[in-house]
Amino acid sequence: MDILDMTLCELVAALDGGGVSSTEATAACLNRIKDTQGLNSFITVCEDAATDAARRADERRARGERAPLLGVPVAVKDNIVTDGIRTTCASKFLQNFVPPYDATVVQKLKAAGAVIVGKTNMDEFAMGSTNENSAYGVVKNALDPARVPGGSSGGSANCVAARQAFAALGSDTGGSIRQPAAYCGVVGLKPTYSAVSRYGLIAFASSLDQIGTLTRDCDDALAMLKVLSGKDERDATSACPPAYPDILRGDVRGKTLCIADEFLNTDKLDDGVRAAFEAAVDALQKRGAVIKRASIKSFAAALSVYYVLSGAEASSNLARFDGVKYGMRAEGCDSISDIYVKSRTEFFGAEVKRRIMTGNYVLSSGYYDAYYLKASKIRTVIKKEFYAALDGCDAIISPTAPTVAPKLGEQSDPHKTYLSDMYTVPVNISGLPAVSVPFGAAHGMPVGVQIIGKCFDEGGILDIGKAVMLADREVHNA
Amino acid sequence: MLKATIGCEVHAELKTNTKLFCGCINEFGGAPNTHCCPVCSGFPGVLPVLNRRAVEYTVRAGLALGCEINGFSKWDRKNYFYPDLPKAWQTSQYDLPLCVGGYVEFPFDGQTKRVRLNRIHLEEDAGKLVHDGGVSLVDYNRCGVPLIEIVTEPDMHSAEEVVAFLTALKSILKYTGVSDVKMQEGSLRCDVNLSVAEDGAPLGTRTETKNLNSFRSVARAIAFETRRQIDVIESGGTVEQETRRFDDNKGVGYAMRSKEDAHDYRYFPEPDLPPVTFTDAQLDGIRAEIPTLPAARVKTYTEKYGLPAYDAEVLTADKDVADLFERVVENGIEPKKASNFIMSETLRLAKSSGSDDVELKVNAEQLYAILKMSADGELNNLAAKSLLAEVWGSDADPRETARRLNLVQSNDAGAIKQIFDGVIAANPKQTADFLAGNDKLRGYFVGQVMRAAGGKANPKIINDLLDKLKG
Amino acid sequence: MKNTVTTADVRHIAELSKLSFTDAECEEMRAHLQKQVANFEILDSVDISDVPPTAHILQAVNVLRDDVVRPSFANASLLAGAPDKSGDVGEEAYVVPRVVD
Repeated sequence: MDILDMTLCELVAALDGGGVSSTEATAACLNRIKDTQGLNSFITVCEDAATDAARRADERRARGERAPLLGVPVAVKDNIVTDGIRTTCASKFLQNFVPPYDATVVQKLKAAGAVIVGKTNMDEFAMGSTNENSAYGVVKNALDPARVPGGSSGGSANCVAARQAFAALGSDTGGSIRQPAAYCGVVGLKPTYSAVSRYGLIAFASSLDQIGTLTRDCDDALAMLKVLSGKDERDATSACPPAYPDILRGDVRGKTLCIADEFLNTDKLDDGVRAAFEAAVDALQKRGAVIKRASIKSFAAALSVYYVLSGAEASSNLARFDGVKYGMRAEGCDSISDIYVKSRTEFFGAEVKRRIMTGNYVLSSGYYDAYYLKASKIRTVIKKEFYAALDGCDAIISPTAPTVAPKLGEQSDPHKTYLSDMYTVPVNISGLPAVSVPFGAAHGMPVGVQIIGKCFDEGGILDIGKAVMLADREVHNA
Repeated sequence: MLKATIGCEVHAELKTNTKLFCGCINEFGGAPNTHCCPVCSGFPGVLPVLNRRAVEYTVRAGLALGCEINGFSKWDRKNYFYPDLPKAWQTSQYDLPLCVGGYVEFPFDGQTKRVRLNRIHLEEDAGKLVHDGGVSLVDYNRCGVPLIEIVTEPDMHSAEEVVAFLTALKSILKYTGVSDVKMQEGSLRCDVNLSVAEDGAPLGTRTETKNLNSFRSVARAIAFETRRQIDVIESGGTVEQETRRFDDNKGVGYAMRSKEDAHDYRYFPEPDLPPVTFTDAQLDGIRAEIPTLPAARVKTYTEKYGLPAYDAEVLTADKDVADLFERVVENGIEPKKASNFIMSETLRLAKSSGSDDVELKVNAEQLYAILKMSADGELNNLAAKSLLAEVWGSDADPRETARRLNLVQSNDAGAIKQIFDGVIAANPKQTADFLAGNDKLRGYFVGQVMRAAGGKANPKIINDLLDKLKG
Repeated sequence: MKNTVTTADVRHIAELSKLSFTDAECEEMRAHLQKQVANFEILDSVDISDVPPTAHILQAVNVLRDDVVRPSFANASLLAGAPDKSGDVGEEAYVVPRVVD
């Protein structure tokens, strides 16, 4: 079996068994990255550091040491800081930024023995749904280079789909892990808000951001989650999740799955995606799941709530990029105000500017109550409705995105692009965990099924996700 | 008649070990950017974690000042760009501060004046800018130091009243142990909000003069701004609402050029910090940590130690001074003697730097030794005074120092008698006059004996000898 | 609630955001914000009359840190990427054009 065809769990077993070395696995990934360079999944490839880390991992194994990811090549989204490795957030502003510290998740990956092969491409500051907002070029979908990989964690999803790494870290503020996972046909897990430390994740919208994983299957996602999750004393919003299950059974017999009417009663949902989703529901029912209807009445308002709250937080979070302490400073500045305005105007991209402007608009004097306050109250309503729906079932299922991956350059109107997050955004608003798993296809591209669970029930949704993938294999003979 | 109405925003740095949101040391000074980490330097990706002690200190100050403590309190972001603010927002408290209400009472104009407080909230200090020619150098050592902002109601009307208020507030803050309140090091700073209007009329438009860091500059800034606003109104103009500075060197105030984005701070709740709550039991625990405050000590000093009210007020104004007094008295020094020496000699040295801060550089053991030697007749007043100056700022043992400097006075009656006899013999005329009843010569003889004894004869023994001579 | 976003609004918000726009960009941004604001009208359709303002998304409270000193970072590692700096090695300060109050 080709190393690159293994899942992460299979690779760990092969490494443990001695049939494969980390040096081989890492070299295979690095070669694959070179061979498929045109995909542009990476902003920075850490060839030397990865090769070194792989050799050290092999030495540790030879000494009989074991660690959950010892020697496994993984990739990290470029908005997660890495000590001594340039971290750009896909922005011109940070083209020269080398952080002096590691994010908690990076420390955890290193402690678990993982080999970091590179930093993945993304939409600038994680703002976008196509990965076309990168200052380092677009990413081409590994399954169809004429299409986008989705975003903002486009590079992370794509590198897993392209077999350039065995797993990748992403971040998800409104769907930035799940939507590209759906577009690229991989598994994207957004854990419960607070399950994984955000320390070292360059903040976009602090109350919505969550680090998660892109992997080939649900078992790999669980293995990664076990390494990444946990209370971090440097993140006051982090929490200690209950113990996750040892294994996933992929068994949905007797499980109740809810479908929210509002999610499907919309003309925004592509017919092909709708058909694939309905087939997935059928398959789950055949495997013994009980399907119920539910209602999330405030669903229609969720996208606006999201753009108000995430814009507000982003306008504040991105104010620190001011040309004074790190990153770029515009040339020819005579005053401090010059430094601020010229640097920010020159080094932020168009979409980032739109979000900052929206955020400052809704927070500015006279508008706070009409927008920010109202949106934060509706957030409470949305959360309540999700909690109520989940009270009577094991998970809520929906399509991950209303369409499959669009063609490069097809989405020129940002307002239209915003719609691609309509199913994922309410989950961030509610702080719940959700996973996107591939099921079937439409227009020749994979379709994602989103499984939304109760807080900290990542084990439960991954188990259902595994069932979806087993059904997919059965139905589509994949 | 136009009358000024004044409210203050007083900022006091809390003396915690570490900063508000990270483990960097909270210490004045240091080489630039050496008490810093990614959190307090505003690096991308960092998150704040609130310092428990800073929260407790704020509540302690609030309880000492009669505030209500909010059972549920949160933090908010105050957004504006300035190079001393690396995140481009100050983490502060907007609508749910830790402490609400409260008051400060102090003697003023022969009465007890009460200034009401609006609130006390906990926020972070900004960094420091040092201007050097055409550039400004930015140092984040102070960035993230916990700061309480105490906001008063507009209850004051003169510079004298404000200074008296600040003196009382400073004293209480120091008593509670939450702040060093060193104005010279900037750990206590004051913004003054001032408006003028006809007595009884609604308040006029106010201006805010920011960052005053001595009582003197508070007083001068108030005098300047009151005069300025009166001049504006009397010449038919209107006072602009604005933020101002006061230039201490030139003695003039001026409007700030930077508009700070016209005060549109776009406050919103800080998503990275969970709120803080208190139970009554927790508040009782914090209340128990508040030491006896000045007002209660004044009572003890007058009733138990029999000191005049004036002495008691002077001694209790500063906690270090009051603690010093209590320690030496507990060790057996007569209260009035201790009070006299502390009020005259000790406080003179403690205030010699010219600042508003009392800097005690003698410990209770040293002062006790000096006062004990004095009480035992081993030091005369002059020698006690020189000895205090000598050990000030050092950890020297006063007894050893006194011996080394030959300050210990002689109690050897035989030796003094010998010198005394010599002086009498050498001054027959004065002796005759003295014996004839001219008691004014007593001082002359004491002085002569003292001089012959090298200043170290116990004057009491000399006086006894003179009494004996008179029969 | 119908809000009209004017060019003056965009200029004001740009100032708060420390961004500058050409006239064409300004108009583009105005149109964008206008569309956003129009979308936001849906916020009025949700009944929030009994919903208190949210202080924090989490239920967690009192997540506090002990007041224990941790080593600071080396001056050189923090200022390594500063666009302009000055001072002795290990004691550098960030440099900006002179700030006038």
